[in-house]
Amino acid sequence: MTKPILKVENLTTQFFTYAGVVQAVRGVSFEIYPGEAVGLVGESGCGKSVTGLSIMRLIPDPPGKIVSGSVYLDKENLLEFSEKKMRNVRGNEISMIFQDPMTSLNPVFSIGYQIMEMLLLHQKITKKQAKEKAIKLLNMVHIKSPEEVINRYPHQLSGGMRQRVMAAIAISCDPKIIIADEPTTSLDVTIQAQILNLLTDLKTKLNSSIVLITHNLAVVAGLCSRVLVMYAGLIMEEGTDMQIYNDPMHPYTWGLMKAVPKINEEEKERLMTIPGLPPDLLSPPEGCPFALRCDYAMKICFEKKPPFFEPKEGHKVACWLMDSRAPRVKRSM
Amino acid sequence: MKKYIINRIFSMILVLLVVSSLTFFLAKAIPGGPFTKEKKVPDIILQRLEEKYHFDDPLWKQYVSYMGNLMKGDLGPSFRYDALTVNDIIAKGFPVSATIGFLAVLLSIILGLPAGIISAYRQNFWQDNTVMFVSLIGISVPSFILATVVMYFFGLKLKILPIAGWGGFRYMILPAITLAAYPTAYIARLTRSSMLDVLSQDYIKTARSKGLSEFKVITLHALKNAILPVVTYMGPMIAAIFTGSFIIERLFFIPGLGKYYVTAIYDRDYTVILGTTIFYAFFLVTANFIVDILYAFLDPRITYEEKK
Repeated sequence: MTKPILKVENLTTQFFTYAGVVQAVRGVSFEIYPGEAVGLVGESGCGKSVTGLSIMRLIPDPPGKIVSGSVYLDKENLLEFSEKKMRNVRGNEISMIFQDPMTSLNPVFSIGYQIMEMLLLHQKITKKQAKEKAIKLLNMVHIKSPEEVINRYPHQLSGGMRQRVMAAIAISCDPKIIIADEPTTSLDVTIQAQILNLLTDLKTKLNSSIVLITHNLAVVAGLCSRVLVMYAGLIMEEGTDMQIYNDPMHPYTWGLMKAVPKINEEEKERLMTIPGLPPDLLSPPEGCPFALRCDYAMKICFEKKPPFFEPKEGHKVACWLMDSRAPRVKRSM
Repeated sequence: MKKYIINRIFSMILVLLVVSSLTFFLAKAIPGGPFTKEKKVPDIILQRLEEKYHFDDPLWKQYVSYMGNLMKGDLGPSFRYDALTVNDIIAKGFPVSATIGFLAVLLSIILGLPAGIISAYRQNFWQDNTVMFVSLIGISVPSFILATVVMYFFGLKLKILPIAGWGGFRYMILPAITLAAYPTAYIARLTRSSMLDVLSQDYIKTARSKGLSEFKVITLHALKNAILPVVTYMGPMIAAIFTGSFIIERLFFIPGLGKYYVTAIYDRDYTVILGTTIFYAFFLVTANFIVDILYAFLDPRITYEEKK
């Protein structure tokens, strides 16, 4: 097996607020391999975006802090880097695409400037070469008449076009990893599909790995070969797309699956939701964080955090139901 | 853009016309005249004087002749300073006021802008608290108190700068500091609040994720967005400061425009009142005009094109 390009180990990020310590990410470990796309899925507030920002070391400090853990890019731990060395990683080795293209581009700089800025920062090229590259990049993200677009300003472009520009910026320095944080959430559905197609297209053209952060399982489906399901700052289930979609094993993942609206659903049928609310991350429960909302919760679930069971190769589940002493339950569809 | 500029120039002329007409009639409405003195002037002399300056003409005739001269750029003679015309007074006073004004504006930008940026960047830390406290003093302490304090401290105690008077750069420092205190504090507070707003925007996160240094993120990506309110404030501020401050010019004994402006009102020196008012108004509308043009350069979302 190839070596992972990114290895996150026991990453713990907390926010020190007046109300107390918010334990946003509570010891998350995963690996990203070269050229693969991994989906990081979970509901709002589960720590998926914080995980992404922690990898980039862009957690606003104060109040946030990466308390422990390590993030290895190749063999180097990013968390031990100096700020100056880290700046060379950002954009160059790991780049990011953010949720809202309407606000993620600086309104007072031209599109061309915002692309060229990154190229001039990380690569030894002249302004003229940077401009040519910027036009090429806009072409790559399927923007028509890029020679014109580089002179325009963000407010003159549509949301979909702006997200394409964001993608062009993200791929400009051939990063090893692109972290896409809800790249389609604020776009309407047809544009969502276009952006996802673009990401799929870029993945095959480039050698970058993609970490796709989303709350939408359907978004992950077409693009990612592996899926990580997060809940309350922890990873609940990890597996290939086939394992997660066809044979999910964690009751939380079952709930997520049921909550995806189906196109052939009877009109009167209500959209399924998971009852209850995620736990308060100011004082997360000692046992499994999902126990309170879980139909199959046992006594141990409230007392002890479940370890990872690996029922099949590459399929990891943090649930006591996997233990040999637990009763066999059938997934309710 | 061209059409907008032409429109603006026309409206500026209109504003100046209204200001000069209003000032003309208001000045005439004040009882007394330039020749009314504590010691009564003989009637015959008064009559001759009024004839000479056409004060015996009906008001509309005086108005028409004044406006006519104004169009030619002639602001008329001063009634108080016999040898001087209003144009002379402005030519004499304005460079003095503008020099101190320029220093004060420069000082307020050099100090106020970075103070506001640091304050926003280190919100709720000691840097922020210090800037906010000092700027509160700068805004609330009246200039005549600040003037006496700096005079006492630098002039009397340390004896490193002249207390008052005019003659060379050394004489400009204390009045410039006094004049700059309020705008510096105001700019610092304005920059801080607008920076705080900008720093929480998504594009700042994007800029950081590109690997830009904090210095570049702040001074380039954030500041270019945050500077608009400051530029807005600077237009009228520059106009007010350049045309001279009565209090500061009085206290420091500076022969600037501000001194003439206020004494002219006591003296009913109509032409000087009018001339300095029109001059100030002209400066103000021009400054505002420049600010509006600057907007379009700073923020591409602002255009003055006709909507198609």
